[in-house]
Amino acid sequence: MNWNRLEALSNALGPSGGEDAVRQIVVEAIKERVDEFRVDHLGNVIAMQKGTAHVGFKVMVAAHMDEVGLMISHADESGLLHFDKVGGIDDRVLPAKTVRIGQNRVPGLICIKPVHLTTPEERGQVISYTQMVIDIGANSKAEAEKLVKQGDYAAFDTTFEDLGGTVKGKSFDDRAGCAVLIELIEQGPYPFDFYPVFTTMEEVGLRGARVAAFSVMPHAAFVLEGTICDDGPKERDLSPTTEVGKGPAISVMDQSVIADPRLVRLLIDTAEAEGIPYQFKQPGKGGTDAGAIHLAQTGVPTVPISVPCRYIHSPVSLLSKADFENTVKLMAATLRRLTPDVVARRE
Amino acid sequence: MELVPFLKVLSEASGVSGYETEVREIVRERFATLADEVCVDALGNVIALKRGIGPEPRRRIMLAGHMDEIGLIVTRLDKGFLRFTQVGGFDVRTLMGQQVIVHGRKALPGIIGCRPPHVLSEADRHKPVPMDELFIDVGLSQQELEQVVRVGDLITIRHPFIELQNELVSGKAFDDRAAVVCIAECLDLLQGLRHEWDVYAVATVQEEVGLRGAITSTYGIAPDVGIAVDVGFGKQPGVPEGIAIELNKGPALCMGPNIHPAVFDMLKATATRYEIPFQVEISTRGTGTDANAIQLTREGIPTGLLSIPLRSMHTPIETLSVKDLARTGRLLAHFIAGLDERFIDKLTWKMPAGEAK
Repeated sequence: MNWNRLEALSNALGPSGGEDAVRQIVVEAIKERVDEFRVDHLGNVIAMQKGTAHVGFKVMVAAHMDEVGLMISHADESGLLHFDKVGGIDDRVLPAKTVRIGQNRVPGLICIKPVHLTTPEERGQVISYTQMVIDIGANSKAEAEKLVKQGDYAAFDTTFEDLGGTVKGKSFDDRAGCAVLIELIEQGPYPFDFYPVFTTMEEVGLRGARVAAFSVMPHAAFVLEGTICDDGPKERDLSPTTEVGKGPAISVMDQSVIADPRLVRLLIDTAEAEGIPYQFKQPGKGGTDAGAIHLAQTGVPTVPISVPCRYIHSPVSLLSKADFENTVKLMAATLRRLTPDVVARRE
Repeated sequence: MELVPFLKVLSEASGVSGYETEVREIVRERFATLADEVCVDALGNVIALKRGIGPEPRRRIMLAGHMDEIGLIVTRLDKGFLRFTQVGGFDVRTLMGQQVIVHGRKALPGIIGCRPPHVLSEADRHKPVPMDELFIDVGLSQQELEQVVRVGDLITIRHPFIELQNELVSGKAFDDRAAVVCIAECLDLLQGLRHEWDVYAVATVQEEVGLRGAITSTYGIAPDVGIAVDVGFGKQPGVPEGIAIELNKGPALCMGPNIHPAVFDMLKATATRYEIPFQVEISTRGTGTDANAIQLTREGIPTGLLSIPLRSMHTPIETLSVKDLARTGRLLAHFIAGLDERFIDKLTWKMPAGEAK
């Protein structure tokens, strides 16, 4: 498995709408291995690998390039930067973290006042992100504005690292999906016309996927995710959503889609035939590009499949290398078994 | 001396209060190149002696900066995750999503985990997670974890050293390893200056849990004058005007009951004479620094305190100006070079004339 690629994708800065650095890596990795590709108006990378049979049968597999992050709203007189959030970030993970701002990756620090100067009452309250500032070491508004512009994106400054059986890094939601998709391209072609799509702006409302699906209008779609995994220890026994190390997670239903039962069945049958471990993502939580894709035009049979990732939307997430490899294996095997019959409409 | 590389290596070393071995070896090695003798006392303080040129018995000045850092400690292994508590004072709200090193039988990188926002209720999101609900993930199963981690193993925050604009730098444990850098810089400058007094440069231990290293080292040295170097609250949102000192405006000279006025006066005169920028801060009680322990040793020791302006204290992103470190080192060196027997007179409190009955 190409862990260097996941590393490069994870380290790249790309909050929703500012995916350029990620897009460069994606295009570089796939351009020699697809028959055509283009970047559409919203920044989606839409590629195509010609099929070996089933003429005209189109299958789209999507992963989103964007990540949750911050956007600089203004610099104040003292040179400190104020910011807004891009996508769903829990305010509680922000204090005392390092970020990189803009394409020049200017380092900045999310500051709160020292603990020594807080009251017990204050320490019992969550600090709103509106009360936090980013310090880049600038002395004045003018100096800050030389380095950082209003509207610049910032992302957590977290470095990818191999921990043995697991790896950690930022933005595995959904750079893990992007890395799986690139692996699938390398294992192609498939019997059908394969449309790998790297979408933008998923974290702010599945925006890229909506227009990409309209344009491709596939007969079936898969969505690859680095998904919610809540398997840490808790005081009460709560849902783990997915568990690290138990294999790719197949979604049956989440807040954005009810997965196509035929595609779910195909994934399960394939996993069992090939001896690949799998789990179901517990129904109900989260949403993916599948929500937009399955509603494109007259509708597209769609299923999300995910690598379980702990601590998504925080500065650092963690996934199991075996889960990642099994996701690639399961997807590749499933795509080889996918025929037009599977999703044929029974008139 | 190159200040930034030394600060970086100190910042990235681990040394939670009471477990300062790794950082101590780095300090000992550096001090050995700058002093006549270096020893480590029973609590683990590094004490370097640079002899003066005055006639024996020589007067002694002690410089103190602490090398311990706040950290965490394992309390329980919980289904492949670690529960922990703190050694020293964190704001628990800064811990979620931080990276750490767990010092088990081997050093394990880890993450202070958090539940994804997707699964939280609105109420959950509006209350800080208390320490006993946080956990650390090192990516191992319970069985694997039991082989390498035990209750009581130390955990340090893991954060890279970062260079910001305007020669500001950021990292963990600048409180108070920045002071160790200033003291080393002072010793380096003293190679080229004449000084009559013996200089005892001390990197103290266990400051964060009650100034403990300063208590024993000061007793052992029995200095005539002591200067502690620590960090002070840099100006940033939330820090009141009256307390804040500014980055890149030089060290702050502390005044108040913890400080001998003659030591303050001479520090100020030295800074003025050598055109070293400085600020003044006040403290109306015993300071929370090694200066407090030094002053109350034996029969009492005239003490001064220099504060390096520092933002985001006790977080992994402590921030300071490298220029302030150079200025602090220079001020200390010139202060020491200016010490003579007349200064002892200045330390003596003036009395009305006349004799006791």
